[in-house]
Amino acid sequence: MIRVANGQGFWGDWLEAPVRLVGQGPIDYLTLDYLAEVTMAVLEKQRQKNPELGFAADFPPLMERLAPSLKQKRIRVVTNAGGLNPAACAREVLRRAPGLKVAIVTGDAVTARIGEFLAKGHPLKNIDTGEPIATIQGRILSANAYLGAFPLAQALAAGADVVISGRCADSALLLAPCIHAFGWAADAWDLLAAGVTAGHIVECGAQTTGGNSQVDWRNMPDLAEIGYPIAEMNADGTFAITKHAGTGGRVTADIVKEQLLYEIGDPRSYLAPDVVADFTGLCLADEGPDRVRITGATGRERPACLKLSINYAAGWKAIGTMVYTAPDAIAKAQAADRIVRHRLEKLGLRFDEIYTEYLGWNACHGQAAPAVSEVPEVQVRIGVRGQDRSAVDRFTRELAPLVLSGPPGATGYGGEGRPKVREVVGNWGALLPREEIRPSVEVLE
Amino acid sequence: MKAQLSRLAHTRSGDKGDMVNIGVIAWRAEDYPALVREVTASRVFEFFQDRISGPVERFEAPNLGALNFLLHGALGGGGTVSLRMDSQGKAFGAALLRMEIEIDE
Repeated sequence: MIRVANGQGFWGDWLEAPVRLVGQGPIDYLTLDYLAEVTMAVLEKQRQKNPELGFAADFPPLMERLAPSLKQKRIRVVTNAGGLNPAACAREVLRRAPGLKVAIVTGDAVTARIGEFLAKGHPLKNIDTGEPIATIQGRILSANAYLGAFPLAQALAAGADVVISGRCADSALLLAPCIHAFGWAADAWDLLAAGVTAGHIVECGAQTTGGNSQVDWRNMPDLAEIGYPIAEMNADGTFAITKHAGTGGRVTADIVKEQLLYEIGDPRSYLAPDVVADFTGLCLADEGPDRVRITGATGRERPACLKLSINYAAGWKAIGTMVYTAPDAIAKAQAADRIVRHRLEKLGLRFDEIYTEYLGWNACHGQAAPAVSEVPEVQVRIGVRGQDRSAVDRFTRELAPLVLSGPPGATGYGGEGRPKVREVVGNWGALLPREEIRPSVEVLE
Repeated sequence: MKAQLSRLAHTRSGDKGDMVNIGVIAWRAEDYPALVREVTASRVFEFFQDRISGPVERFEAPNLGALNFLLHGALGGGGTVSLRMDSQGKAFGAALLRMEIEIDE
C-alpha cells in the first residue's frame, strides 16, 4: 500500500496544507496540483516578460521549506508546477534546495507546432462547438497537451525526489506513483482507472475532506484546521480516501460522492490520457471515522487522441460596481444601469457584450432566487467585453459620475477605484492524435 | 406532496468551459428513484432557463444514488471570458436545492 496525499487543489490554495500533510502523519508521496486552464495563459504572459518565469512560483519556496522533512521521511513529490517552464522551475528548486534530485517532464508545450499540426491535417476543431481553429488563428497565446502519468512514473523510476511536469492530467499526479510502485501496465485498464478515479477524488484538495461540502456543514469539525486528502492505494486497484488523524474536516462517502461528480460529464466515461474510467461500477463504503473504502473501478482503452488546451487573446473586459440603498434599492440600481447603457450608446461604443447583475438580489441564482419585495441594499455590477480596448477603457469612466448624477442612495464606489481593464483569455479545447506528442524526462541533480 | 430538492439530495456544481455540471446526490439510496423521476433534464433546463442557453444533458449513476447534469451555454462564455460574478458556476448547485419536486408522504 502507498499513501499519496494532495496538498494543493489550484495555484492559490492554502500554503500550509502541504506542510501539514508532511508533518502531521505518514505519507509516501505528496502531489501538488497548481494548474487550471486559465493558469497556463497567465504563465505564458509571465514568461514573455521574463524567460526565467512561467511556472507556479509558490512551488520552489515550498520545496525549500519542506526539503529536510522530505529527505528524512523519504517522501517524494509529484507536481505540475512546471507549467510552461519546467526547466526554470527545476533550476529554482535546486537553487533553494540543492540536496534534492529533481526530474522534469516536458513535451506538452506545442504552441510553436500548431501550424505543423494543421499542415498534417489535424483540424484542431473546438471540442465543444466544432468551430474551425481558423476562428482564433493569429491570437493563440499558448497550446499544451494533457500528458498522462507514464512519463511521470518514469521520472520516479529514475530516482527523482521531485518530479516537475508541465501540463498533465490532474489525475496523473496520483496515478504516476501507483504505476511506479505497483508496476501497473499501460493496458491494465481497470487498475489505471482506479488510479485516475482516486486522482480525480483528491485533485481538488480539501473539497473531498469536508471543504465546500453541503453535508452537515454547520457541524463540520474545525474547517480552520482541515486535513487535506490522502489516498491509500493498493496494488489491486482498491483504495481508501482518508486524512491525518486530529485534523479538521471529515471524510465520508457522501462527501466523496460530491467530489467524484465535480466537474465531470458522463460518469461512465471519465476521459484521461491513459484510460477511460467508469465511475458507475464504484462502491463507496464508510469504513470507520474519516475513511471511505472504494472498490469496483473499471476502465476502457485509452483515447486515441490527447486533449489540447489552447489559450487565445479574446479582447478586453472591465467590471464596475456601485451600491444602492433602501428604500427601493433594486429600482435605483436598475435606473443606474439604464443610465450607464444610455451613455455608452450615445458615445457610439461597441461591445461584444454588456452584462448587468445585482448582488444581493439575483447575481448567483437568477430567477431561482426566493422572491423578495425589498432588500436593504444591492450592488449593481456591470461588465463589458469587446475587441476595442479604448471602448472598454472609456466604460471604466462611466460609473463614478453616477454618485452625483444618478439615482439617490449611491455608495460603495471607489473601494477598489476605477474598474481595471483586463485582457480576456479564451480557452479552446481540441483533440490531437497522441502519436504527435513525445513526452520527455530529464533528471537534474 | 411537494418539497424542495434539498429534502432528498445534496449537490455540488462547477465549470467545464462554458458548461456547468451539477452533481445531485440522494441522501438515502431509497430516494434515488424519486430523483430519476422528478429531476429530469427538461425540468433542470426550465429551472435555469433565464441564465443558460442549453441544452441540458442528464447522466445516471445509480451506484452513487446520483445524477449528473451538464448545462450547456451556462456561463456567458466561461473562464475569463465570462462577465458573470459566478463565472465558474459554483452557485448553480445550491440554487437547484430549491427546485420543487413531488415526494412520497
